[in-house]
Amino acid sequence: MTERRAITLTINGKDYPVTVEPRRTLVDAIRDDCGQTGTHIGCEHGVCGACTVLIDGEPVRACLMFAVQADGRSIRTVEGLQQGDALHPMQEAFMRHHALQCGFCTPGFLMLAVGALEKRPDLDDEELLDLLSANLCRCTGYQNIVKAVRAAAAEMKARA
Amino acid sequence: VTVKSDSWIGASVERLEDPPLVTGRGRFAGDLSFPHQLHMRVVRSPHAHGRIKHIDAAAARGLPGVTAVWTAADIADLPPIDFREGPNAKLAPFRQPVLATDRVRYVGEPVAAVFADDPYVAEDAAELVTIAVEELDPIIDASAPPGEFAPGQSTEPTVCRQGYGDVATAFKEAAAVVELDLAVGRHSGVPLETRGAIGHYDAARDVLELHGAAKVPHRNRESLARMLGRSTAGLHLHEHHVGGGFGIRGEIYPEDVLVLVAALRLKRPIKWLEDRREHLMAANHSRQQRHRIRAAVDAHGRLLGIDNEFFHDQGAYIRTHGTRVADMASGILPGPYRLPHYRANGHFRLTNKTPAATYRSPGRYETNFVRERLMDAVARKLGLSRVEVRRRNLIGAREMPYERPLVALGDEVVFDSGDYAGLLDKALARVGWDALEREVARRRGAGEYVGLGLAVYVEKSGLGPTDGARVVVHTGGDVELITGGASVGQGFETVMAQVCAETLGVDYRRVRVVHGQTDRIEHGIGAHAARATVMTANATAVAAANVRAKALDMAAQLLQADPASLTIAKGSVVRRDDAGASVSLGEVAHHLRPASPTRGARDPGLAADGWFTTAHMTYPYGVQIAVAAIDAGTGAVRIEKMLIAFDIGRAINPMLVQGQLVGGAAQGLGGALFEEFQYNERGQPVSVTLADYLIPTAHDVPVIDVLITEDAPSTCNPLGIKGAGEGGVAAVGAVIASAVDDALGGTGEIARLPITPQTLKAIIDGRRR
Repeated sequence: MTERRAITLTINGKDYPVTVEPRRTLVDAIRDDCGQTGTHIGCEHGVCGACTVLIDGEPVRACLMFAVQADGRSIRTVEGLQQGDALHPMQEAFMRHHALQCGFCTPGFLMLAVGALEKRPDLDDEELLDLLSANLCRCTGYQNIVKAVRAAAAEMKARA
Repeated sequence: VTVKSDSWIGASVERLEDPPLVTGRGRFAGDLSFPHQLHMRVVRSPHAHGRIKHIDAAAARGLPGVTAVWTAADIADLPPIDFREGPNAKLAPFRQPVLATDRVRYVGEPVAAVFADDPYVAEDAAELVTIAVEELDPIIDASAPPGEFAPGQSTEPTVCRQGYGDVATAFKEAAAVVELDLAVGRHSGVPLETRGAIGHYDAARDVLELHGAAKVPHRNRESLARMLGRSTAGLHLHEHHVGGGFGIRGEIYPEDVLVLVAALRLKRPIKWLEDRREHLMAANHSRQQRHRIRAAVDAHGRLLGIDNEFFHDQGAYIRTHGTRVADMASGILPGPYRLPHYRANGHFRLTNKTPAATYRSPGRYETNFVRERLMDAVARKLGLSRVEVRRRNLIGAREMPYERPLVALGDEVVFDSGDYAGLLDKALARVGWDALEREVARRRGAGEYVGLGLAVYVEKSGLGPTDGARVVVHTGGDVELITGGASVGQGFETVMAQVCAETLGVDYRRVRVVHGQTDRIEHGIGAHAARATVMTANATAVAAANVRAKALDMAAQLLQADPASLTIAKGSVVRRDDAGASVSLGEVAHHLRPASPTRGARDPGLAADGWFTTAHMTYPYGVQIAVAAIDAGTGAVRIEKMLIAFDIGRAINPMLVQGQLVGGAAQGLGGALFEEFQYNERGQPVSVTLADYLIPTAHDVPVIDVLITEDAPSTCNPLGIKGAGEGGVAAVGAVIASAVDDALGGTGEIARLPITPQTLKAIIDGRRR
């Protein structure tokens, strides 16, 4: 068996010291070693984006990275969006605009959109559509996701 | 959204399901674990067809961390996977064994199962299992002559025949005959969550549990109990969050049986999660059919008869649905049109591909495409407009209820209500059809490949016969609605809560909805055949009305009032004239405790059951219109405009109805333009990643206009509901084909779904040469 390595994953500001095989994917470590199961696994080959998390602020597919590569880096997942009892504007907008049905792809879309808008609050409609085409949803037909992200973008700007 | 006090039916309220799902606190199959669980990995056939000579699992068994490796010999006592409707002697020989016995029949067929402490180790061990197979020629084309399934058994187990009248005479008397050869490719639901199953045996209670159940937990419990020789009292299925169903999830698959048997025999919980590659070759496929169809019409374009010979590509085995998709295709093909004579012969054929069953709008997506292609062809043949030829054939509102001597899902086809021409008019007006047609023609004249498409269709929903629900008011005032329904992401909890809240007189947010738990209610129909809202909501309304009556009776005593003078608003019993005292439902429940001195002779508990039974399915209907433009350079299609007009009878939550229709349409678009499970000549699947099986992205789905009408409430149920789940997807193949064909000049060259860029580029390049 391959030798395990001790690393520290920092998820939503909390340190998780874990010992993993080098081949262990980041998404498996986040879910199974750190118990943060909000990040979902949809394809394990980097197409669907369900496992999108933010690493040092950038949207990343956690199925395409090894856990050891995230050692010491700052990871944000869907569990970290909410501040106390207050939902993130993106979470509120997804509920208000019926932007989710089964909800399996939702954490990936939330992190993708939040990560992009935090860096570039002025994404126009075409850029948003490009961005959201990075992830797959099988339930909604995307229309309401686009609406929700637009509404949340405005709200995030207003609060900034 | 503001809602009139206690008026919940018809309100676009936010979903009760959403808070855990947007905060990462959902519980999908992969999120659930039991202490000391083992992880299962399935070893699958790499060959499409062959005789198993030898399976060597010694190296896998020797790997540290591996508890067991099973092949068919280890579970020889298990029967093949049975049909949901019970034993069927004719189809029985074609059932799938839990693990392949002497032959493998498709790439992806389970051959062995590895059980290990860790999922990575299980996967390592699975790679060490070697399978020696003597390869046999695979059957790839279901319309080629049948082959041999086993000695003495053909690969055509049955022909699904339906029809009425005298088709031969119709063709003899016809002014014109139109003949088409049409095909629909292999698609499937491809939910974002792959399948998962966890088997857990609780020896203390002697209860075997399957977690990760979906769609039809109660029916599956019966089937699994039969297969395992276990009492249903000691077998429970549990549905948690489900990452999309679309008809394919929640069937009984080999893996569901394996985790249960292994939990019993290995005495540890068994967790299995499918990876995406497995999903694309192991979960049910659907849709693939070829139709050779002929229509006889009179000089005015009225249909006299249809004669259809079609080939249903079932894949390698007959799974839980038996022949239902092919039967449904025959039963529903004539759609919204009068048709005096009809004959359908559906050749139900086995091939060496992944087994097929239902995918959202099964049998209708295919036949709406076939029938509407036919109507366009009739229009072309007689020089009529596509709208006019449909108008001349539509069944009239005054002809309702309209009985057709056909069967769908074992139910006689009786269209309960509908004004098809009325909806067509509304749809045409909504898009400004005439102006749109002129504009499209102008652009085509200027050299663009742009076209307008139309499809008219009847959906089916609300398959009965019976469903029940139980409403319990707790002493704190919270309401529990216990159903045997299932939630696959469609908003089941919200809609059921709305119906319960409206009937009972409480806020819908006070209603907790239980679904998919066989230990909470004895019977259930789950979520399939667009029946959940029709059947379970009507049962809920009955149960809630029973509770309401009991609450009013008890409150009348407490308030010293005539029950008829009382009503329930915002969770309290009040006088209709709003005067005097009130009593909350929680307090009423308190007075109905078993030990309550005020209860009198009433049965304890503020609770009641409700049952609803229907004689027939109910038939919503729709019109879809699309504008499609082809890029002559690449052959890519862009949908510029799309309308879904759909009559739903009564919308409980219009926002969710719209969500169902648009989401379904996106899936339909995938099947029309992008999605296909392709196989090479050796039967090797070549669409086993999401980079090969292309599901639409945000860029591919246009803004879809939705017109929801409630002109024809169902006459089959008191709430007037018709189903919404499948109406969006049902006619998308039809309307896109019509639009793309029109873009090419209406030549009828579009005869196959999906319509690929390669096909279109070849047509356009051919014309330019």
